[in-house]
Amino acid sequence: MSINWFKYSSPQAFYPLAGKMIPWFVLLATIFAIAGLYISFAVAPTDFQQGEAYRIIFVHVPAAWMSMVIYIAMAGWAALGLALNARLSAMMAQALAPTGAIFTLLALVTGSLWGKPMWGAWWVWDARLTSELILLFLYLGFIALQASIDDPRRADRAGALLALVGVVNVPIIYFSVKWWNTLHQGSSINMGAAPKMAATMLMGMLLMALAFWMYTVAVALMRVRCIMLERERSSDWVKELSVTTGGKS
Amino acid sequence: MQWASWSAFFNMGGYAFYVWFSFGLTALCVVWEVISLRKRSKAALRISKILAQG
Repeated sequence: MSINWFKYSSPQAFYPLAGKMIPWFVLLATIFAIAGLYISFAVAPTDFQQGEAYRIIFVHVPAAWMSMVIYIAMAGWAALGLALNARLSAMMAQALAPTGAIFTLLALVTGSLWGKPMWGAWWVWDARLTSELILLFLYLGFIALQASIDDPRRADRAGALLALVGVVNVPIIYFSVKWWNTLHQGSSINMGAAPKMAATMLMGMLLMALAFWMYTVAVALMRVRCIMLERERSSDWVKELSVTTGGKS
Repeated sequence: MQWASWSAFFNMGGYAFYVWFSFGLTALCVVWEVISLRKRSKAALRISKILAQG
């Protein structure tokens, strides 16, 4: 059986499909979050060096991963929108940006809350911290740039260029702990090397990362539906929908 | 189980402020994002309904 994917590339067709997908991603996010929090607080042992403060890792590392993953996804959708002149792709990029910015902010704040008791400083101008702060500015710049251009198609193109130029920052964040001497510790997980942390800690971190990932898909779909409604305000399908749902849902 | 009592759990080995602030802020962001998206969707549909009936 072949699926005609192009059928779903129009907002009108994708809107109800996204609506059906959202509850499933919410359910998955909830299950992963419950399992992840249970391991984070009830199963994972106390760290012999950092005591209980290390438990911040279970939100800090997944939030930092998501901040980078979402940026790459956003830039990918933006590039697709630019190359194919596809409306839906550009809307997906726009829908991901605020969630990416939130995870970046969370990575920075939880990092600060971890740094204070462990390093004795809320903030240091270290390569990892600084490049992550630049990531926050890239997200905010993308959002502000799109908001400042009235014509949505032009806003999409300008935003896409900014998103693509900013991709260069992602490997800088990722490799910063290798390329420079940083106060920030090395990668928690390395490809091709056995994890240095206890299996339960690793499990908790991965489950929380999966929870954040599923959450991101759910809220990005929720937001892309809002963007569709706003951009296609005067089209027949949105008007019909607003009347049949009574402007409520 | 890691904890001798509930108060030991809430105390987080003396790091309560840092640990609970981190998890609390994350939860707050999730709740805020979902509520604001619900409101945004309702507002968009309300405006389209006015346009449709106008």
